Amino acid sequence: MRKILAALGSGLVFGLGLVISGMTQPGKVLGFLDVFGRWDPTLAFVMGGALVVAAPGFALLKRRDTSLLGEALRWPSANVIDLPLIAGAALFGIGWGLVGLCPGPALVDLESLSPKVFGFVLAMAVGARASDYLRRARASGPVTA
Amino acid sequence: MSTFDPLSATLGGLLIGLGTVLLMALNGRIAGISGIFASALDPQNGGHAWRAAFVVGLIAAPLAVVAVGRALPPPEMPGWAVVTAGGLLVGFGTRLSGGCTSGHGVCGIAQLSPRSIVATGIFMLAAAIVVAVSRHVVAGGL
Repeated sequence: MRKILAALGSGLVFGLGLVISGMTQPGKVLGFLDVFGRWDPTLAFVMGGALVVAAPGFALLKRRDTSLLGEALRWPSANVIDLPLIAGAALFGIGWGLVGLCPGPALVDLESLSPKVFGFVLAMAVGARASDYLRRARASGPVTA
Repeated sequence: MSTFDPLSATLGGLLIGLGTVLLMALNGRIAGISGIFASALDPQNGGHAWRAAFVVGLIAAPLAVVAVGRALPPPEMPGWAVVTAGGLLVGFGTRLSGGCTSGHGVCGIAQLSPRSIVATGIFMLAAAIVVAVSRHVVAGGL
């Protein structure tokens, strides 16, 4: 139960950050990405603010073996720069540039009850499941190459 | 609301950083939203409860802002075809590359992960190219 409340609280703080910074408005995100238009530097300040807290916070936490609630600390272990990383990032960027929403702001914007935000999140779920399905099929299928 | 406000941008960013540190400090997990969202939908995975709780926290955030009397503008969305294509690409691409703006852009870069630095550079460049083409090349935009 404490783990669930901790996740709820973390999500709430993260979501408040997205709302207060304006990153839940696709127009502000597209304004940052529009380097040839009237450039909006908001996203750079948001990422800078996040990194100012996350970098020292993570550095301190890496000295610990367990979380404050006694859980193992699960740091990502992948370190290979491979084709899925590059192709996936490019595909994500194309979708992000088309709409101005990435996964966090899309979920926060569900609260607006906009049918198009629900459509975007549904399409995001279908895309994510398809990607996971293909990866598993490749991992367990016959070796062809 | 479309004017640049460095103070609220920085304050919001600090809160985003605090949310990621809280999730690691308390639950030992990385606040990568594409991963949390996709794994919450994956029947082959455990840990659905904390992931669902994190997403509920995200969705509840604007309610808290409205409750203190600040109006939020509705998100401006493009047409249905672009919304659908964009959602599919964001879902597929973030899973393939193992992260999005939060997982690679904030959590990964905060740890100086070469993977995340490369991924963030690529998705920002791809998105900037799409915006440049849709706003400045295609007449009238998308």
